[in-house]
Amino acid sequence: MSKANLDLVKEIELLRLVTVGSVDDGKSTLIGRLLIDTKGAFEDQLMAVRKKKGTTTISSAAEIDLAMLTDGLSAEREQGITIDVAYRYFATPKRKFIMADCPGHEQYTRNMVTGSSTANAAIILIDARQGVLAQTKRHTHILGLLGIPHLIVAVNKMDLVDYDQATFEAIRDEMDEYCAKQGIKDLICTPMSALAGDMVTIRGENMDWYKGNTLLETLESMSVLDDLDNQSFRMPVQLVNRPQTADLPDYRGFMGTIASGTVKVGDAITVVPSGKTSTVKEIVAFDGNLDEAFAPQSITLTLNDNIDISRGDMLVHAGEETTGEKSLKANVCWIGDEPLEKRKKYIIKHTTRQVKALVDEVNFKRDIHTLEEQDADSLAMNEIGQITFKLQQPLNCDSYADNRGTGSFIIIDSFTNNTVGAGMIV
Amino acid sequence: MSKHKLTQLKALEAESIHIIREVVAEFRNPVMLYSVGKDSSVLVHLARKAFYPAPLPFSLLHVDTGFKFQEMYEFRDNFCEEIGADLIVRKNEDAIAKGMNPKEFGVARCCGALKTGALLAALEEGGYDAAFGGARRDEEKSRAKERVFSMRDEFGQWDPKNQRPELWNIYNARIHDGESVRVFPISNWTEMDIWSYIREEEIPIVPLYFAKERPMIERGEMLIPYYEENKDQYLEGEEPVMVMSRFRTLGCSPCTGAVRSDATNMDEIVIEAAASRRSERETRIIDHGSNSMEDKKKEGYF
Repeated sequence: MSKANLDLVKEIELLRLVTVGSVDDGKSTLIGRLLIDTKGAFEDQLMAVRKKKGTTTISSAAEIDLAMLTDGLSAEREQGITIDVAYRYFATPKRKFIMADCPGHEQYTRNMVTGSSTANAAIILIDARQGVLAQTKRHTHILGLLGIPHLIVAVNKMDLVDYDQATFEAIRDEMDEYCAKQGIKDLICTPMSALAGDMVTIRGENMDWYKGNTLLETLESMSVLDDLDNQSFRMPVQLVNRPQTADLPDYRGFMGTIASGTVKVGDAITVVPSGKTSTVKEIVAFDGNLDEAFAPQSITLTLNDNIDISRGDMLVHAGEETTGEKSLKANVCWIGDEPLEKRKKYIIKHTTRQVKALVDEVNFKRDIHTLEEQDADSLAMNEIGQITFKLQQPLNCDSYADNRGTGSFIIIDSFTNNTVGAGMIV
Repeated sequence: MSKHKLTQLKALEAESIHIIREVVAEFRNPVMLYSVGKDSSVLVHLARKAFYPAPLPFSLLHVDTGFKFQEMYEFRDNFCEEIGADLIVRKNEDAIAKGMNPKEFGVARCCGALKTGALLAALEEGGYDAAFGGARRDEEKSRAKERVFSMRDEFGQWDPKNQRPELWNIYNARIHDGESVRVFPISNWTEMDIWSYIREEEIPIVPLYFAKERPMIERGEMLIPYYEENKDQYLEGEEPVMVMSRFRTLGCSPCTGAVRSDATNMDEIVIEAAASRRSERETRIIDHGSNSMEDKKKEGYF
């Protein structure tokens, strides 16, 4: 990097990424390839996990034991398994990436949901020799449910099928058809060999028939914030700032992270659930006040009227109010050790508000293999279903399909205090 | 198309501020661990931004081993006074009185007493139910697996196999009496992000981070800073030489190595960080050994 590039570097955007697939699909090799080619892993870290002690340079992903690099816990190294989601970081001159690497074997739902909840894009690994497996479809279904804006299917190990165009196209067509049925629109299939390096960060010379982008070009060019910008303004209030100092005796600032949309000074605001209204006086910031703010910025607002607002309330534009719902229907991924029980009371944390919730009805359980809806009375760990909750107080929310920020919630067991479920409002 | 663009540093900043505010909203008595290093400088800066124009709603807690660099103590006192922070300093006075040091007792025992022991005692004394720390996931592989809200039992210990899943930006802050959390708002920042943000926001940092001719002991590939008062800590025959050098990370002076560098200002440091092929933790004696960081965290280290 030169001095002239310094200011360019700070302009780059952040893309949150999740990778799914099993070790056999070459996921570790792909991650290794990305980390080595973008210099996302340091030499001393790579040297510590090289397969052949005594080598002094590492030029290919095949020379390192990638599992050792990502399996950070001693229990994982002892047992040769991956327990948990691992986070990896790399950057190019265009973007910074946060990659959640989800183990593909047991408990994949729990880990996938955790790793994918904040992702802008997902990479689904497919072994070109195996084609589209039942597991691939399950993963894709879950990613669709979680509303990941961009899905990338990496058809890997093309070197083992002689870089055959027809093999790739058959897989692509099958995935296109499957995703269309699920209502998933943004899907890109890319053939590659993570081991040989073709189409990951460089094109290589083996697949001239493929005219699309390399994986890295796709990751560097896909949009990041579009979806948030076009939605209604939603700002759940985290805290009310009342310094009560000599300089600021009556100051009341409303602090929160904008979940979606934009807000400007002068905008007419409604507080939900109270329905009280005012206009934006200032958007306060440490480095000087702003005229406008947008998701996902963390801001402080002051209003022109002195109205009652507290944590758990939400600021929205007048005319775009949510309605408070005392009955909530949601797709739920169950991640607790103890199964979800009908008639049991849980705590739901939605944005900055917590309410007591009763499981009123298990509408159905989704068979993770056939994707069929089945009758059920409970959900066990890693199962997905649709639940209707009865709430002690109404929640102001949107559907998850419309708004990931105000359409999602976590379910907490009030006895153990553990997080036991992830909810997406229908 | 989107008309608004958030740079990645601003996206990280927004995420960190969200986390800091959640903790203040949901916990009874939070405290911010302040180690005086560059990550702490960023963490305190983010907290000031989060609550502006109000002052910080919690104290800063420095767990002092007595082995920190003199420049760190001077910086700490000036900085905290300047920003009006309430600074609490705690030491393991017993162990210090008994002459605890890394050379005679070993690094693990010394850290256990002067860092973990002092930290756990200070957290108990203060009755804190949440403690912010400046740890980052890119620093070390056991940290790569730690949650933003790291649950600790009554002994302050971490159980890596029993972590709460974290979904979206909704954090579960419910704990039982006696339990506490360590919260890491800058989990997703890399070393490069930290340096770039310090440059962009003009955040004050300890002068040891800038290159200067300094007396150093050359031990293998490591550069160990030479201080007259630490001379018992060096090996026999080791003599100081002047080396143009700086620190990428700051810990205790007997256990923190320097790197050869000509980077005397923030522009040069960011350029150097971008070109660096070695991780910053390489200069920390504490991390070496098979899984020492994970072991220490299980014992209650932050």
